[in-house]
Amino acid sequence: MKKVFKKHMVPKVSTIIGLSSLLFFALYPRDAYAMHIMEGMLPPKWCIFWFAVSAPFFIYGLYRMKKIVTSTTQNAKIMLALCGAFVFVLSSLKLPSVTGSCSHPTGVGLGTVMFGPGVMSVLGVIILLFQALLLAHGGLTTLGANCFSMTIVGPFVGFAVYKICRAFKVNRSVSLFLCAVLADWSTYVTTSFQLAVVFPDPTNGVGGAVIKFLSIYAITQIPLAIAEGFLTVIVYNLVISNNLWKESALG
Amino acid sequence: MKKKTKQNLIMLLIVLVLVITPFFVAKGGSFAGSDDEGTAQIKKNDPHYKVWAHPLWTPPSAEIESLLFTVQGSLGTGVIAYILGSAHGRKKERERQIHAQNEAGKAHTETSAANGR
Repeated sequence: MKKVFKKHMVPKVSTIIGLSSLLFFALYPRDAYAMHIMEGMLPPKWCIFWFAVSAPFFIYGLYRMKKIVTSTTQNAKIMLALCGAFVFVLSSLKLPSVTGSCSHPTGVGLGTVMFGPGVMSVLGVIILLFQALLLAHGGLTTLGANCFSMTIVGPFVGFAVYKICRAFKVNRSVSLFLCAVLADWSTYVTTSFQLAVVFPDPTNGVGGAVIKFLSIYAITQIPLAIAEGFLTVIVYNLVISNNLWKESALG
Repeated sequence: MKKKTKQNLIMLLIVLVLVITPFFVAKGGSFAGSDDEGTAQIKKNDPHYKVWAHPLWTPPSAEIESLLFTVQGSLGTGVIAYILGSAHGRKKERERQIHAQNEAGKAHTETSAANGR
């Protein structure tokens, strides 16, 4: 009974948050862009820096992936495909946001909870490459930086959130919801910082630029992150109810 | 199971509301996610920055771009739907088998009971 009550609280709480933020944006509509960092928009030395930072995580991800593929866990490979496909779908959906601009969710929450944060760096790179090569969205030179925000910071933050929630005995659906929301949101917060460090505000320095970029990226992302949270829980529910994955395997 | 389905539908509805409300809230917005605007924002902070790399290939038109985005989305959806669909079928089949076994078992005990009398 208690569990049911809690589950129904999630929509309620988020509706309240959603409505109050809607009111805020109704007063301040603005045009903004909120996407990955575009091709050539980071100086070469920063590109190299982010590649260097992301590379170890990618290698760790490959190692984790090999372990999963060779493991005897039932449906492990199938679920890995499903998690990858989920990222594929969600990152193709450019959704409108209350700020009057569009952005897209990341979809890394599901895989993070099922397989841990490492694997997502491999799945994420595939998607980022697809978008950079075929859609001129994101870029090859900025791949390292985009990887860092979407496939490393996002999943690791989400994973930490999930673990903390579970430690406090929050039920799985709610923990997963929060994991997905914050993984999505922290991705764009990271992007804001990445840009602000390179392009400080002429008058207010890096701090001013952080605020400016956050107001563009992070605020646009709030409703999308919440939507992503719900979509993640829906797919998770379907996975569990069709016996594809044991609920207890999630921790 | 029924409760879960209801829960899923409610969540789907909330997602729809979240996606639709922006059109009513931010009426003045252009709903662009445009690269040009991004460049403009960075140019504002650093007017001397030179974009030093360009995409190897750019979709020739907005139609082609949306085609490719749709391909990306539908590929993913196809995989997810296949996996969930086949799992659902397997589950239904298993339930049917268990049901049939129970029926057979019941019939067996009934006949043996009748024989015993």
